[in-house]
Amino acid sequence: MQTFDLEAQDLRALNTALHAQAETLSQANWEVVNAKGSHAIAVGLDAPIEVTVKGSTGYYCAGMNSQAKVHVHGSAGPGVAENMMSGTVIVEGDASQYAGATGHGGLLVIKGNASSRCGISMKGIDIVVHGNIGHMSAFMAQSGNLVVLGDAGDALGDSLYEARLFVRGSVKSLGADCIEKEMRPEHLEILADLLERAGADAKPEEFKRYGSARKLYNFDVDNASAY
Amino acid sequence: MKDQTIDTLPRTEPIQSATFSNSVNAEIRRAAHTGIYDIRGGGAKRRVPHFDDLLFLGASISRYPLEGYRETCETRVTLGTRYAKTPIELDIPVTIAGMSFGALSGPAKEALGRGASAAGTSTTTGDGGMTEEERGHSSKLVYQYLPSRYGMNPRDLRRADAIEIVVGQGAKPGGGGMLLGQKISDRVAGMRNLPTGIDQRSACRHPDWTGPDDLEIKILEIREITGWKVPIYVKIGGTRPYYDTTLAIKAGADVVVLDGMQGGTAATQDVFIEHVGLPTLACIRPAVQALQDQGLHREVQLVVSGGIRTGADVAKAIALGADAVAIGTAALVALGDNDPKWEAEYQKMGTTTGAYDDWHEGRDPAGITTQDPELMARFDPIEGGRRLKNYLKVLTLEAQTIARACGHNHLHNLEPEDLCALTMEAAAMARVPLAGTDWWPGKAGF
Ligand SMILES: Cc1cc2nc3c(=O)[nH]c(=O)nc-3n(C[C@H](O)[C@H](O)[C@H](O)COP(=O)(O)O)c2cc1C
Repeated sequence: MQTFDLEAQDLRALNTALHAQAETLSQANWEVVNAKGSHAIAVGLDAPIEVTVKGSTGYYCAGMNSQAKVHVHGSAGPGVAENMMSGTVIVEGDASQYAGATGHGGLLVIKGNASSRCGISMKGIDIVVHGNIGHMSAFMAQSGNLVVLGDAGDALGDSLYEARLFVRGSVKSLGADCIEKEMRPEHLEILADLLERAGADAKPEEFKRYGSARKLYNFDVDNASAY
Repeated sequence: MKDQTIDTLPRTEPIQSATFSNSVNAEIRRAAHTGIYDIRGGGAKRRVPHFDDLLFLGASISRYPLEGYRETCETRVTLGTRYAKTPIELDIPVTIAGMSFGALSGPAKEALGRGASAAGTSTTTGDGGMTEEERGHSSKLVYQYLPSRYGMNPRDLRRADAIEIVVGQGAKPGGGGMLLGQKISDRVAGMRNLPTGIDQRSACRHPDWTGPDDLEIKILEIREITGWKVPIYVKIGGTRPYYDTTLAIKAGADVVVLDGMQGGTAATQDVFIEHVGLPTLACIRPAVQALQDQGLHREVQLVVSGGIRTGADVAKAIALGADAVAIGTAALVALGDNDPKWEAEYQKMGTTTGAYDDWHEGRDPAGITTQDPELMARFDPIEGGRRLKNYLKVLTLEAQTIARACGHNHLHNLEPEDLCALTMEAAAMARVPLAGTDWWPGKAGF
């Protein structure tokens, strides 16, 4: 385990050291202390390493992550794990806006609540939120799975494409073209697997599934009022 | 008089309305028939004050010129000198603007790469991600970071020579993108993680930042991911160029790309293209002013686009303070877009050479703005690349000719003092004197 103190060393040194692991893997376990809301912590990682961050992070923690496991023992600022490609990001606390935005792969677990626009424009990432999520979550979500153990805010899944949304609690309102869909065995299977991997204590049968009605896929003037 | 019928009475000549012209009425009929606005490619077609409204003064007794065939006139430019470890060095100050794969075919992207590389300049990706065709054939490739983030990934980010954060485009400042289902082939869909054949919208705002303070952090993140190596450009559409340039600089941009309303687009509503944004000419001086007010003119480079066609346009943009220009539409025309040899096919589509702009339909006879394999096969990327290289050379030679005639040994030594304006509007926008006077509207002291 190598410890990195963000009070003693700067962000550039941290990310340089972590990026070097993509060339030659010399240290698989890292600990970052004194995070103190710094932005862009552990961004662009591309090695099978584990990074534990002590404290809360600023914007874009673990942005564009590939392969690595980043574990935040605190809350995460806006855009945590944005555009993640693979690997795992776990946030013990809450996450601010745009958690997992445009993520292409990997698993993002938020143990607390996530704010608005969680999973916006997601492109294959899996997101599991133990608490609630804010409004406009999964806006224009393209693919991947968003699992919410608590409640969802307004306009869930507005203009979404092929992403699957699973919510256990209430949904304040659904966005344009987002509808409740039948939960089939294959969905229960996906859900069971995600819940297990996210360490979530919930049963797949307790969730409802939401997805695209696919009515806005090709422009039709009769739908103009939906835009 | 009694035998005169109504038919033989003298009448006024039929007068067409300037307000309700034939083309306006045709659009009303089209709208009434279809119930949907007109979508098209290209830039603003209406006449707006432009570089044509400026002239160079040339040299005489008070200035002496340089010899065209003997004395050198440098054309090199370096972009990204502010923070990037490896700025982009270009032989000529004309770059290829970002055009999406999806809007353009793979071979067209390849041709842009071939032509630009042979001429010593850069190309730019676009919405939809980076293709092997363009990476492979572009010696310097700028990777666009767009709101849609289609195809965005750290691997491509790291193999780019520069990154361009797109905030807006001149053709549609404040608007997102649109690629209609007809052009969504399996390959395009796969790169965008979307089903084949559906309309694809690109968002008008970035999903994970809003406002200048966020942009600063976004730039920090991208620099951290790319190790502070490559320049980061910020592209804005011409709306409030003074403030937007100021904010882009403050957010940490190495280069500001400023695109005026004549700038092309792959597909946007006609009403948007024609009625939103500032003419390119009106954008440059306020942006340069912003750079000067920050003490960063020439340290943060300014790339101007939107209606650049000739070496005279290149020279005028530089004289007004740009470091380089970017071309989109002109590059496509050089490749063969709107070529008269396809006139019969344009006619079949109800259009004509020079007016064809339904690029979003994917039926381009020249095989450039299409994903249809048969049409694409008509386009030869090697020949296209050769034509683009020739055209870029001509732009450069023309700009050099003008610069020498004004007595400059580097294109960057061109200055507003070399110019005059033909119209009051152009004088006001470019802040250069009306021809034959020492005055322009708004000039202090008058
Ligand atoms: C076919 C086509 C596709 C374009 N795609 C993009 C794009 O993906 N991203 C972008 O920022 N600008 C795009 N643009 C705008 C150009 O980058 C550039 O701003 C514009 O073409 C410059 O004006 P000009 O066409 O008059 O040279 C596109 C333009 C055209 C003609």
